[in-house]
Amino acid sequence: MTYDIQPLWLTFKLASVTTAILFTIAVPFAWWLAKTQIRFKPVVETLVSMPLVLPPSVLGFYLLLAFSPEHWFGKWLDKELGIRLAFSFEGLVIASVIFSFPFIVHPVQAAFQNLPKSLTDAAKILGKSNLQIFFRVLLPNIKPALISGTVLAFAHTVGEFGVVMMIGGNLPNETRVASIAIYDEVEALHYATANFYSGVLFLSSFVILMIVYLVNRKAQK
Amino acid sequence: MIEALVNKKLIGSNGSFQLAVELKIAEGEFVALFGPSGVGKTTLLRCLAGLEQADQANIRFNGTIWVDTALRINVEPQLRRVGYMFQDYALFPNMTVRGNVEFALRKGGNKQRINELVELMDLGELQHQKPETLSGGQKQRVALARALASEPSLLLLDEPFSALDAEIRGRLHHEVLRLQRSLGITTIIVSHNVGEVYKLAKQVFMMEAGHIVQQGSPADVFSAGQTIGKFRFTGEILALEPMDVLYSLTVLVGNQIVKVVAMPDEALSLSVGDAVMLVSKAFNPMILKLE
Repeated sequence: MTYDIQPLWLTFKLASVTTAILFTIAVPFAWWLAKTQIRFKPVVETLVSMPLVLPPSVLGFYLLLAFSPEHWFGKWLDKELGIRLAFSFEGLVIASVIFSFPFIVHPVQAAFQNLPKSLTDAAKILGKSNLQIFFRVLLPNIKPALISGTVLAFAHTVGEFGVVMMIGGNLPNETRVASIAIYDEVEALHYATANFYSGVLFLSSFVILMIVYLVNRKAQK
Repeated sequence: MIEALVNKKLIGSNGSFQLAVELKIAEGEFVALFGPSGVGKTTLLRCLAGLEQADQANIRFNGTIWVDTALRINVEPQLRRVGYMFQDYALFPNMTVRGNVEFALRKGGNKQRINELVELMDLGELQHQKPETLSGGQKQRVALARALASEPSLLLLDEPFSALDAEIRGRLHHEVLRLQRSLGITTIIVSHNVGEVYKLAKQVFMMEAGHIVQQGSPADVFSAGQTIGKFRFTGEILALEPMDVLYSLTVLVGNQIVKVVAMPDEALSLSVGDAVMLVSKAFNPMILKLE
């Protein structure tokens, strides 16, 4: 019996692209959030954390509305840029980035806040620019948080179902990721296939999380 | 030459107070800011370094304006070229000892200087270790080497020796003094240790509640012009025992336990746990040189 590994491949592609984008935006964002003193900081923090408590279908629903060519945003995207995000891989990526955002922002922000302020002061005194301080002093000293944040965001994207269901649908090679495929196969009573996808996800998630714990244990020593 | 005028509202443990300081320090001098904690010594140091903004200030270093709040001038700490030793040393945990010192090197800086400093501060054996494996005294030496590696024109030391035991502190005093003299860097140390200030500084600014209340040489400031021919020690009574017609008194002075004799009328008013001052003639004591 052969299995279509396309959904698995799509899942890992989605998770990789999402994680790469998240890493580039969420880490600087967490840095900003850690040191900012603006008045509406609690509002920003709440918004970032919303995906933790909202049912994924809520987020998916609103994104579906926004991406729909009927809506002004979707219409603008379609007309000006020729992009249709609903039921597309790109749409999934955007949704996943929003959905997994807190998983990387939280640990990284906490790590930035726990670094002694004197490290930044010392580097400033030594004539280093903010960028040099960020890359050579701050980032290297929050490595465990970076690793766990990144891996959690990756794993969380792999495990996503509700959002994908709402805005991705079930298009083979485009939006039919493993979690959707499992649901689909079970509905069609193809238990063997569902079992195969599930097993792969189970094992890979186990391995990924295990690596995080091992790395963090080593970093703490 | 530093000329500084700094005004800043500070929040202390007993409510807010005003830091209002005016001071002048000649080039190459070693001065101390002395006073109890929470009077604004560290804040003043941080304002000089540019790590903190004063409400109103005018700071000039060798004629260059560093801060002038009226003209909205505020030179960034990166451009002031000061060396700063932090209370917690602020060594970068991700870098080795050598890496920490090298990080201080500015563009076009002298790489040879790193080797010299590593040698000078006796860090050769430790240079490939990470800061977390070092003892307090070792970290302190790394911090000093790093502060000097950037070739500062002003060295600021924020209670650098407070966490060290007496012996190491003594050795480091010696090293700091030697380095300061040979390099001729203007140096300001924050301290609340009289002995330290006496040993290191040529001039003391004594601070209380945000103001400089006295300034001058340590001898002038601490004895306040009244040299006395007596030793005074404060201590705590640990034991009080009758001994024939007299009383034996065991007193803790600093870390030393001293046994003295008290007259019965003196002893009557004393009890264990009392804080006492012991006064004794200082005429012709034994003087032993310490190495």
